Amino acid sequence: MIPEIGQFALILALVISLIQGTLPLVGAAKNRTQWIAVARPAARGQFLFVITAFFCLMQAYVTSDFSVANVAHNSHTLKPMLYKVSGVWGNHEGSMVLWVAILAIFGLAVAEFGSALPPSLKARVLAIQGLIGFAFLAFILFTSNPFLRLDPAPLEGNGLNPILQDPGLAFHPPFLYLGYVGFSMAFSFAVAALIEGRVDPAWARWVRPWTLAAWCALTVGIALGSWWAYYELGWGGWWFWDPVENASFIPWLVGTALLHSAIVVEKRDALKSWTVLLAILAFSMSLLGTFLVRSGVLTSVHAFASDPDRGVFILLLLVFVIGGSLTLYAIRAPGLKGGGLFAPISREGALVLNNLLLTTGAAVVLLGTLYPLILDAFGGGKVSVGPPFFNTTFVPLMVPVMLAAVIGAMLSWKRGDIAAVLGRLKIAFIFALIGVGVTSFFAGTLKDVLAAFGIGIAAWLIAGSAVEIAERIALFKGPVANSMRRAAGLPRSAWGMAIAHGALGIMVAGITASSAWRVEKIQLMQPGDVVEISGYSLIFEGAKKINGPNYHGDRGIFTVTKDGRTIAALTPEKRDYPAERSQTTEAGILTMVSGDLYAVLGDKNQSNAAWTTRIYFNPLVAWIWVGAILMAGGGVVSLTDRRLRVGAPKTARQKTRPQPNPVGA
Amino acid sequence: MTRKQRRMNFVMLGLATLGTAAALVLTALEDKIVFFYSPTDLVTKTTIPKNQQFRVGGLVKEGTWKKPENGLTHNFTVTDLRHDIAISYKGIIPDIFREGQGVVVLGKVQANGIFRADEVLAKHDEKYMPPEVAAALKKSGKWEGGKARAE
Repeated sequence: MIPEIGQFALILALVISLIQGTLPLVGAAKNRTQWIAVARPAARGQFLFVITAFFCLMQAYVTSDFSVANVAHNSHTLKPMLYKVSGVWGNHEGSMVLWVAILAIFGLAVAEFGSALPPSLKARVLAIQGLIGFAFLAFILFTSNPFLRLDPAPLEGNGLNPILQDPGLAFHPPFLYLGYVGFSMAFSFAVAALIEGRVDPAWARWVRPWTLAAWCALTVGIALGSWWAYYELGWGGWWFWDPVENASFIPWLVGTALLHSAIVVEKRDALKSWTVLLAILAFSMSLLGTFLVRSGVLTSVHAFASDPDRGVFILLLLVFVIGGSLTLYAIRAPGLKGGGLFAPISREGALVLNNLLLTTGAAVVLLGTLYPLILDAFGGGKVSVGPPFFNTTFVPLMVPVMLAAVIGAMLSWKRGDIAAVLGRLKIAFIFALIGVGVTSFFAGTLKDVLAAFGIGIAAWLIAGSAVEIAERIALFKGPVANSMRRAAGLPRSAWGMAIAHGALGIMVAGITASSAWRVEKIQLMQPGDVVEISGYSLIFEGAKKINGPNYHGDRGIFTVTKDGRTIAALTPEKRDYPAERSQTTEAGILTMVSGDLYAVLGDKNQSNAAWTTRIYFNPLVAWIWVGAILMAGGGVVSLTDRRLRVGAPKTARQKTRPQPNPVGA
Repeated sequence: MTRKQRRMNFVMLGLATLGTAAALVLTALEDKIVFFYSPTDLVTKTTIPKNQQFRVGGLVKEGTWKKPENGLTHNFTVTDLRHDIAISYKGIIPDIFREGQGVVVLGKVQANGIFRADEVLAKHDEKYMPPEVAAALKKSGKWEGGKARAE
């Protein structure tokens, strides 16, 4: 009964989304107030029905209702409750329901909290959201219905792929989708602005919080995914330039560019049509990512059993959304009037450089991801484009971005003085030199020298962000109390930027060190054998049988000692999941500031008690995720800035009530 | 500065970035991409540069996977059911590696004709067949109704 309610709710949501996607649009064009007024109740209705469907599906998972085909294929009674719940989005159909659920929540947010928006803009934004919702609901109902019944119902389900039964991965899809769908808001605002023919600072103040929130969620989502790959796949790596990783990384790069260019629109009323284009591209790339993952055209760990119908549907959707929005852009963008002028050396100039390099970087990653498809389509043979390609093309493009991030943040708007800024950054430059110097002192090869520059860039970003804040709060230049007062008065967006840029430095240090100085040892070990790695001794104590709730397996025990003192025990596991008929490797990891000790248990030798083991030392690897989370944290801090608060007055000092129509301001 | 000049700066900067990116991409496409061959390709195609890294895929031939007794090197044969190639791999074999299932390996052919793998990719579940392997089996005429033909 409940799955049928879910099914009906989806159909009702489809009908409502069609109304939401058409009437307000026509109403805004013909100035019919009643038609415009449809948008808000429609957004509420869509939310109500989509959420109902989502919880109906969750109910089927929680109660293990195997008469629902989707549950039977992806769940099992013995599965822990967390994975029964996350199993809802651990499969194609359910993840699409999550997608529209998040879309509906965002739509409701605009409908409820968007009272400061001009009515016609709000109606158009909600209408575009309605159309996107319509397309995805149709996709769900016609190609991937999660509520299909099985008759007779099987007694037991097939289970969820055990490598997906993991807390990190349980929350990875919701965060990614918050990011993707968040970009749909920027997209809707962009398309609505093109229809209105008007982009102004007020528009940017509306778009930026959505973009920022989406970007934070996407950053966390990608970080969770990469952290999961690190500890679950047992290869000691954290980023494989796998097509599906790239599919989330491309929207992230474009979204990062959008985040920065929206500042220029807001502060200087310039780069308008470029920002609108980025908003369209960020969402288009999110859709393309969905297409690449869901259609199975690319080989990857995420390739769910592919279905050509779905691929064709999403491809048509892509053509319609990207083609339609770009056509609209081509017609309307030339009419957008440019605003403030600026010299090449200025804050705006630095942000333009940031935008150019980030979008070029995104294009390079996109090309590398699609190249095997293109070559194969033209009969050029089957190739794979892996890390070597991306390391030689993408990384050099990002170096100037990071160098400029610190300088750009200190340049003034309109016309900057680069010599003066470099002078103020003396200390950061010294830190960078120390970074390069110390690391290249220990360097033996060219690779080490390049890595030393990576560490130098990391030091530059961290120290540069610190200098920026220190200067703004006049640290060491007067009484501490004065600095504290200034620190409290500093806009949250300034703090957010400094935190995010510094966090990027932390991440760069982690990426550089773990890629350049990783140590790997593979050997056969009998109980009592010792492996020496990077100053640590790992004593293999043997392996014992273990039994989990829905698996059994072997657990190896390593005692880690340093300078004769025991500091930890590592317990890598090999698990066998009988319900899913598959095995997983659980690495044993000791995370330290200086790096991770990472142990994997391989096969047992037939004749004696020896086990194949693989031990890694990954220097500074945890810094990558700490950096990523801090970076998202910087975004959140910036999001709490008064200026970005919904309906907030323009400046902090202005004590007036929110103006009903900020566009006129 | 006039609007036109500003736009010109913008365009020049854009062109410079794109030019750099294009140069980087073209050099990388020259030698940083990895080709895929089937065991039959390795026998019939003479133009394959054998000293380069490439990928080979097919099925792990039944009865050929020798687990190491006193070492770490796994030996097995990959087949497209027409031709075979012997593979050796030092390290830990992925969890989802079975005789009779699809696998893709990355490495180089050694002087003795054995393919020395640096990576073994078998990260898919038993229902899934790497597309390259499926294509290789189709080409060797051993593909029937979405499955490798049982022999």
